[in-house]
Amino acid sequence: MSDALSYLGVPLSRPRVGFFELTSCEGCQLQILNNEATLLDFLNLVTIVNFREGMSERSDDYEIAFVEGSVSREDEIVRLREIREKARVLVALGSCACFGGVNRLKNRFGDLAWVKKEVYGDFAIETRDVQPLEDFVTVDLKIYGCPVKKEEVERIVTNLVVGKAVRLPEYPVCMECKANENICLFELGEPCLGPVTRAGCDAWCTGNRRGCWGCRGPAEVANIKELEKIMTRHGFSREVLIDRLECFGGFASCLDTLTGKKKKAGRNKA
Amino acid sequence: MKISCDVNVQHLTRVEGHGNIKISIKDGKVREASWEVVETPRFFEAMLVGKHWENAPYLCGRICGICSIGHTLASIRAVENAFGITPSAQTADLRLLLKHMETLQSHILHLYFLAAPDFLGTGSVLPLAKTHPEEVARALRLKLLANDACDLIGGRRLHPTRTVVGGFTMLPEKRQLAEIGKRLQECVPDLLAAAELFKTFAIPDFSRETEFVSLKGGESYPFIGGGLVSSDGVRKKEHQYRAMTNEYCQPGFTSKLSRLSRDAFAVGALARLNNNFALLHPTAREISAALGLSPVNHNPYLNNVAQLVECVHVVFDSLRIIEAMLDTPWQEPRQPVTACRGKGVGAVEVPRGILYHYYEFDAQGRVKKADCVIPTSQNHGNIQRDIAALARDYARKGKTDQDIELLAEMLVRAYDPCISCSVH
Ligand code: SF4
Ligand code: SF4
Ligand code: SF4
Ligand SMILES: [Fe+2]
Repeated sequence: MSDALSYLGVPLSRPRVGFFELTSCEGCQLQILNNEATLLDFLNLVTIVNFREGMSERSDDYEIAFVEGSVSREDEIVRLREIREKARVLVALGSCACFGGVNRLKNRFGDLAWVKKEVYGDFAIETRDVQPLEDFVTVDLKIYGCPVKKEEVERIVTNLVVGKAVRLPEYPVCMECKANENICLFELGEPCLGPVTRAGCDAWCTGNRRGCWGCRGPAEVANIKELEKIMTRHGFSREVLIDRLECFGGFASCLDTLTGKKKKAGRNKA
Repeated sequence: MKISCDVNVQHLTRVEGHGNIKISIKDGKVREASWEVVETPRFFEAMLVGKHWENAPYLCGRICGICSIGHTLASIRAVENAFGITPSAQTADLRLLLKHMETLQSHILHLYFLAAPDFLGTGSVLPLAKTHPEEVARALRLKLLANDACDLIGGRRLHPTRTVVGGFTMLPEKRQLAEIGKRLQECVPDLLAAAELFKTFAIPDFSRETEFVSLKGGESYPFIGGGLVSSDGVRKKEHQYRAMTNEYCQPGFTSKLSRLSRDAFAVGALARLNNNFALLHPTAREISAALGLSPVNHNPYLNNVAQLVECVHVVFDSLRIIEAMLDTPWQEPRQPVTACRGKGVGAVEVPRGILYHYYEFDAQGRVKKADCVIPTSQNHGNIQRDIAALARDYARKGKTDQDIELLAEMLVRAYDPCISCSVH
């Protein structure tokens, strides 16, 4: 849009950016359009060359690829690899891309034939176990969240454009929640994964009196055993804990430890 | 003039999700005219099985990034119906207000970002920021207002946090609600200007006799729950939704499809308006008439106009709700929930049409069976038949490949399809 872009007086070229989606609700991409107040400034930072949901022009010449969604069909693996080849930087946008997201819940049955039958009856339909992007390609950067937080996306994109390192918080949501002086959900009789979940959302849910379901996956130090004790102390069943831990796929390995299941090693790694 | 043409649109742009259009005309004869949906399925109805009831609205909101509020509300309604819970008047009003703001947000997004570029001859809204700065600013202002209101009431504009079975986790402050009311008041001129803009658009002249399905309003234009009606005269109760949707599968199509009295039907803004015109706010009805839309209208392109008319309606109705709310002290935000064995249906008019969630619970409140029927999946069959009719029309009239391609794309966009939602 506007012509010259500079940072600290240094002229910058606006990187060519593409948005792509695999198995997803497209909500994370929509979060970008949901930035009404800053949308035009944001668009000024980059040159969007591929954004199927918003524009008809398409180009395969891009430097940064934002990929939303998880892999759940063979053709998506092919598309993902093509995108990886073309992009200098591949960003996993949202929890579906980072962990498999809610889509991954269908894996828990370990029985794709039943899953297909439950929804489509005898109609032939193709699907595979849901996996995150990094099982197939190198992911340069992950933006967590279901949905992603638009302010965080903007900050990350700005950093990418000006070549600054992107650092995501390592501490848990609890820190942000306490800093915001929210009432603790446990005090209100609600379960919360804030103690083990990676911050960065500014305690989005707990600020609205909704327990955290761990959409951003585990914090750097996530003591699940300790959380289990807190949950038990407040009278919540293991089922409640597992429901929340398995919701977005980020705690898959912690869950395996908790339930004593062996991790399926390197399945379908590219 | 006998024409020949080939249109092959892979992954149509400016719609939510993945669909393809193929049209092949040889010497004035239509060989193929199809609408294909190739989106990857996510299997939400299977995911839910065995899950405790609390998961249902939380997970099902993730069916759709555009109408997550609608999905959450339909899911909550289904759970409440299964457990025999009646929401308080305050909860019902707040939910309707939230629903209105999602409708406004979604319609404006569609009208300006997805549909308008076709009428203004561009590929996206981006060039319009330069050529039509006022219009784009107006669209952003309306969308921001609607989204801010969703944040305030639902906790978050996308995948809401405050909406739960039994009510809300917390309530907005009256002061903030009054502020939204003020902004809604001020946005009326923006909507009138939008109507003026749409008056200048050349809406393609095409129509095909269609059965329209929607909720049937009693005293008010319908949004949450109630009876089901079709313009062919079918009437069913909310819990009989399956008799209305009749889902079936089609080879090569990953979404299910629906039919009722004919081989296809339509849902959405145009269907709601056609079936409930008299219940619209008077100003909305005036604008509808000024834009050449009166019931029953069978031109699918006019769904765009119907959306604009609904924007006007929801703004005025929201003002009414807010005014009443400001005059009443807040009651408890949330009522207790006791799970029990049961079945429940929730039917909600989301921006793209009527949405149904159905759950069956065991005595502990765990999901035994789930079923979600999405508006766009109900529209797919109608889109297919419209495209075929459009191809036949223009094969006779003679149009260039480019014209037919654009008209077909605009036709699909007019339905505002949410394809990934339809293949949940
Ligand atoms: S992470 Fe959540 S919001 Fe983003 S695409 Fe996946 S389901 Fe949608
Ligand atoms: S509500 Fe959750 S995030 Fe906040 S302090 Fe309590 S446990 Fe931590
Ligand atoms: S509070 Fe938890 S569930 Fe909510 S956005 Fe933050 S990390 Fe995600
Ligand atoms: Fe379904």
